Amino acid sequence: MKKASILMIIGSLFLLGLFVFPLWNIMLGAPQYPEPLGMNIHIDGIKGFNEFDIQNIDGLNHYIGMKTIPKPEEMWEFSTFPLVIAAMVFLGVLIGVLGYFKKVSYKWFLGWFVFMSVLGVLGMYDFNAWMTDYGTNLDPHAIMKIANPDGTPMTYKPPLFGNAKMLNFDVTSLPDTGAWLMFIGMSLTVIAFFVGKKSAKSIS
Amino acid sequence: MKNYKHYLIALLGSTVLFSCGNQNGKSSSNGALNSSNAEKVYVAPGEHDEFYAFMSGGYSGNVTVYGLPSGRMFKEIPVFSQFPTSGYGYSEETKPMLNTSFGFVPWDDAHHPDISQTNGELDGRWLFINGNNTPRIARINLSTFETEEIIEVPNSAGNHSSSFITENTEYVVAGTRFAVPVPQRDIPIKEYKGNFKGALSFISVDPTSGHMAIKFQILMPGFNYDLSHPGRGKSHGWFFFTTYNTEEANSLLEVNASQNDKDFIAAINWKKIEEYVNNGGGTKMPTNYAHNVYNEESHTGTTTMVKEVLTVDPTKIPGAVYFLPTPKSPHGCDVDPTGNYIIGNGKLSADLTVHSFDNMIAAIEGKKFDGEAYGIPILKFEDVLGGTVKSGGLGPLHTEFDDKGNAYTTFFISSEVVKWKLGTWEVIDRKPTFYSVGHLMIPGGNSRKPFGKYVVAMNKITKDRYLPTGPEMEHSAQLYDITGEKMELIYDFPTHGEPHYAAGIPAEILAPKSQKIYRLADNKNKYATLTSADARVERIGKEVHIYMTTIRSHFTPDNIEGVKVGDKVYFHITNHEQDFDVPHGFSIIGQNTSELLIMPGQTKTSVWEPKQVGVWPFYCTDFCSALHQEMQGYVRVSPADSNIELSWSLGE
Repeated sequence: MKKASILMIIGSLFLLGLFVFPLWNIMLGAPQYPEPLGMNIHIDGIKGFNEFDIQNIDGLNHYIGMKTIPKPEEMWEFSTFPLVIAAMVFLGVLIGVLGYFKKVSYKWFLGWFVFMSVLGVLGMYDFNAWMTDYGTNLDPHAIMKIANPDGTPMTYKPPLFGNAKMLNFDVTSLPDTGAWLMFIGMSLTVIAFFVGKKSAKSIS
Repeated sequence: MKNYKHYLIALLGSTVLFSCGNQNGKSSSNGALNSSNAEKVYVAPGEHDEFYAFMSGGYSGNVTVYGLPSGRMFKEIPVFSQFPTSGYGYSEETKPMLNTSFGFVPWDDAHHPDISQTNGELDGRWLFINGNNTPRIARINLSTFETEEIIEVPNSAGNHSSSFITENTEYVVAGTRFAVPVPQRDIPIKEYKGNFKGALSFISVDPTSGHMAIKFQILMPGFNYDLSHPGRGKSHGWFFFTTYNTEEANSLLEVNASQNDKDFIAAINWKKIEEYVNNGGGTKMPTNYAHNVYNEESHTGTTTMVKEVLTVDPTKIPGAVYFLPTPKSPHGCDVDPTGNYIIGNGKLSADLTVHSFDNMIAAIEGKKFDGEAYGIPILKFEDVLGGTVKSGGLGPLHTEFDDKGNAYTTFFISSEVVKWKLGTWEVIDRKPTFYSVGHLMIPGGNSRKPFGKYVVAMNKITKDRYLPTGPEMEHSAQLYDITGEKMELIYDFPTHGEPHYAAGIPAEILAPKSQKIYRLADNKNKYATLTSADARVERIGKEVHIYMTTIRSHFTPDNIEGVKVGDKVYFHITNHEQDFDVPHGFSIIGQNTSELLIMPGQTKTSVWEPKQVGVWPFYCTDFCSALHQEMQGYVRVSPADSNIELSWSLGE
């Protein structure tokens, strides 16, 4: 159980990576952009991959009537997510410590993982909803109004995961370092659960 | 006369030899050879060249940037000439760059580019180049590729033995080709002898900022100081200048300055003179010259008139200057990578005279003098001579070096490049040029560390090399592969203006630090408009200042009223783009100046003096975006006595 608890603590601490590294990354390449523009989505705001990328993406997006990329103060998520992650880290470490001193059972480790997964899915849902709004809720006075072959107005929602071709841009959206650290950390908590379960069995 | 017969035979001989191979680069009979040559110069679309070549533009007054081996031209950097393409010398910010003691001089004859060095190796920080006609030295920043500084050189005329740098860029050196009265005064031309001086200027370069200042001028006898190069390695601390017209003729020089069998290479121990002036030596002379500095943060040039220069009489410093007799009006003065050999390219001769630095020091120590000229000791020719290259060519002008102990000399009259070995003086190879080559360049070929892969021959005569374009043509350049024992002509391309030398550097040194944009946040221009909310129009008497911003694809403001006939309207335009390669242009109808091309983050100012009542459009001259055509606006110009208030707007 000691080993399992330590794994639980380490796994939870991996989430701290989200305070340093981006959660997600979206890159936009085009013939005119051999060096693609990109944005890194952190839990506390969106930053350019290179210094002026956000300004330049906004500059391009204004042609098709997209809103500017939100500043941290313009979205509640960017103030809430850090609190949620910090709380989950605290909770995970607490469970791990209590487990170490045999105050709680290994089942709590799985409980934390499930709770974190639910939060993660909710976060992805929210992120996707924002991207849908960002890509479809366009300025009616946009300079360029482009229609799909079926006559419906073209929308510009970036993919949540993977590649998409949008006008002249190739858009790639993938989890970044922060997310990978989170996945590793969460996996460690699952391992902690199984290790804890095994040791519980061997004792009994 | 006998000698010349000799040359003719030699020339005929070489013609026969040349006709055997595929040497003129024209024939396509030898397919295999040509296709391998094609591969050598082929840089596939999207790929980059291996070297940058900075070629002087001669009478264009500018510098052109080429890639090697492709021969593709990347940029023309305006230096001494107004350049309507970007507004250099037309915009209010850059006009001061062309100020001189003679007023605004919008042109010069740009000659010898040289790249800054550290420990005798190219460091790629700055490029220096001389203006020959109204003596000036310019410094170009090699991360922005813009002219940052121009300093005028007083007491000089025909600033030709310039702008060569010492091996740690301590000095950029400028020597006068034409001797002139110093100080200038109203005297009969016939009183040349003794009254005219040749000033050699040592301009210090600040190691951090690159800023130039004339440290001292050596007032030499009134010869013509033609070309120069620094000592390097063991000869670091010395500088060598070729001279002609040691006859001190003042008329019909083509005859009268060609009488002496030998002219001189002047060897200057600048370290000794530096020590002398640091200890308070030299004479401060009143003068007047312009020093123009372009500030990269304010994007603005300023002119300072300097009123004094420190002059040095070389005869007052024992051991500072010696003359090395050198046959037949030597032109190029080149120092090999080890610093031991000083090559005098005697342009009226067939042979190259190579002096040895070691021999020179021994001769000085042994006091082996052969008289003196104006109090400057002349060393005995035989004692300083390191060797003679029996070239078989005619009219040697310039020599460059590879990294394997070989030298390459151009021959103007016999139109060829000759490769020879340092130390043995044997000729290894010769290849014709098309036609009448002047300078040649090997990247790093005048440093301790040449990159001996290519030599570029810069020719003075083009004739039939390209499709004809009327009587006036660009000059031709030829590229030779010099990696083998024999040189191989692999490419031929036209060059802009008249390159009087070039400086090459591996792309890997420069390309990574090439700047992409100017940061708007760092823009310190006095008239910058950093947010479009600050865009405005102000009147100060008859001056109207328009603080305008640009971003794809509009000007802010784009409707302006309240301007009157007789006003002087300043458009201060700040480009708000922060994206690589998105300049905006500006021009307005009837402007008596050029357009502006404003780089991202930059501010430039254009003046317009409206003379007619009406509503006058302005527009962006650089195809900036899909909506470039819409990037336009109007200025309403009312009669001089109207009382329409200034107003401005965007999107109303």
